[in-house]
Amino acid sequence: MSGLTISGVTVRYGGVTPLDEVSLRFEEGVCGIIGPNGAGKTTTFNVLSGFAVPAAGSVDLDGDQLLAVPPHRRARWGLRRSFQQEQVIRSLSARQNVLLAAEHSRSPVTSVDAALEYVGLRDAERPGSALTMLERRLVELARCVVGSPRLVLLDEPAAGLDPAESERLLRLITGIPERTGALVLLVDHDMDLVRAACGVVAVLDFGKRIAYGPTAEVLASPEVRRAYLGVEEDET
Amino acid sequence: MRLSALHPLLRTVLPGVLAGLLLAAVIPLVPGLGEGQGLRTLTVCAIYSLTAAGAGLLYGRLGLVSLMQVGLVAIGGWVTLRLYHATHLPFELVMVLAALITAAIGTVVSLPALRLSGLSLAIVTLMIAGALEVIVNFTGFPNGGEDFLGRVGGGTLAAIMPRPALVGQDDAAYFRYVVAIVVLVLLLLSWLLASRPGRSWAAIRQGEAGAIAAGIDITAYRILALAATSAVTGVAGALLAANSGILDPATFKAQQSVLLFATVLIGGAFTLAGAIIGGLFFYGVPQLLNSWHVDGNLVFVILGLGTVHAITTSPEGIAGSFAALGRTVRARLGRREGAP
Repeated sequence: MSGLTISGVTVRYGGVTPLDEVSLRFEEGVCGIIGPNGAGKTTTFNVLSGFAVPAAGSVDLDGDQLLAVPPHRRARWGLRRSFQQEQVIRSLSARQNVLLAAEHSRSPVTSVDAALEYVGLRDAERPGSALTMLERRLVELARCVVGSPRLVLLDEPAAGLDPAESERLLRLITGIPERTGALVLLVDHDMDLVRAACGVVAVLDFGKRIAYGPTAEVLASPEVRRAYLGVEEDET
Repeated sequence: MRLSALHPLLRTVLPGVLAGLLLAAVIPLVPGLGEGQGLRTLTVCAIYSLTAAGAGLLYGRLGLVSLMQVGLVAIGGWVTLRLYHATHLPFELVMVLAALITAAIGTVVSLPALRLSGLSLAIVTLMIAGALEVIVNFTGFPNGGEDFLGRVGGGTLAAIMPRPALVGQDDAAYFRYVVAIVVLVLLLLSWLLASRPGRSWAAIRQGEAGAIAAGIDITAYRILALAATSAVTGVAGALLAANSGILDPATFKAQQSVLLFATVLIGGAFTLAGAIIGGLFFYGVPQLLNSWHVDGNLVFVILGLGTVHAITTSPEGIAGSFAALGRTVRARLGRREGAP
């Protein structure tokens, strides 16, 4: 079976249940996970990248059981992740940042130049500490497309960028599935970005899935507007 | 190694290699400094710069504070003397074996501390250094005996390990030999730092979550760092053993490891040039005080002040300050050339 299937995943931290029997299915392209603060979006990503161990449930991608793979092996397996707080390594050049991701993936490092070219980063020999916020976000995207990724998790990839820069990032994100064949999951509060990037979205609220489907339909549904956008949200 | 990766590496290490070889050639010719006690002091400084490089790599690249590095020098020296007296193999071979054995021991004793970091690791390694001091005081260093500890019984003359056959007993030749090996070992470390392990260490230092997400096995790369730096430290022990032919437990007190860490901070933990400065401070300053007939304990005050200075105003140490000065000068020159 192709695609990502999350079945009945529950995460508990003491008395808190950030994810409560959540089941989601994403087949291809760029898909969104949205919801208010504390809804369980980042926890979902943490389950997928191995930082949170679920009390119950399973995750299947293209027939592989993801939860059985140790966290540091998931990159080689084909998982990529960007964090809300960008993680560009300051002491390494932009190129070495991408090279590092390629080295720990399952394909040869020859794809580094292609990845840098894809995101359009100039002068990749500059250290991470000398890059602008946009350039750091571009390095993160380059790390996500290098080395045959299968599942790319982007956690607010455009945080800290202005609208023009977000627009540029959006085009790059929507190009990832076609370029690499990977499924892209996007968590973001920027509804314009989600609307433009995602074919389908899932909505989480208090650790439960409250809606799922084509983005336009889901965003228009009364339940979602009440839970998340607020009823008096104006229509574009 | 790919050519594209080699070029920038060559560019960065070439000045260091040339400077090292130039110093090796010239220093023994300088009157006063390049002969007798002065030259012997510089030889030991060069040897300790390897130890400083190891401690600096652990701290600068992985954020690990290890306070047992001088204890590992003792292990390297002990293994060298023991192997030499047992086998009479060529020194170079003995040195490589000592490096490997020190790497194994340094890694194994650090294993329990791998999950620790910061202050906890510093305390654990300091306690190990204390244990090593006690052990070395108890066992002494091998001097040709037949039993496992290699100590000769009463009445028998202690044997001394000769210097490498390649250089003979001449001080100037041994100084050049030591500098050549220091350059070679620092080259190997530069290569490690510029390739996959160095990148992975940088990622770990930046943040463990990010490193794991990037596919880095943090434990494996920490072990690699401990093994590599322990091996380098073992080489220092071998060179020190060959320098005098016999070692004295009093050289390897636990407090020396703390002093060494201070000199690493002063010299600069982020560059291998900082290690050279660290070696000079660690062994050169106390010797200088001695030659001036000043109380050797003053070195604690000097290194203490130096450490406070390094931590408060110059976190990249003296090497970092020089590099910044170089950048400023180049920028000024560049501006002048670029001006119409």
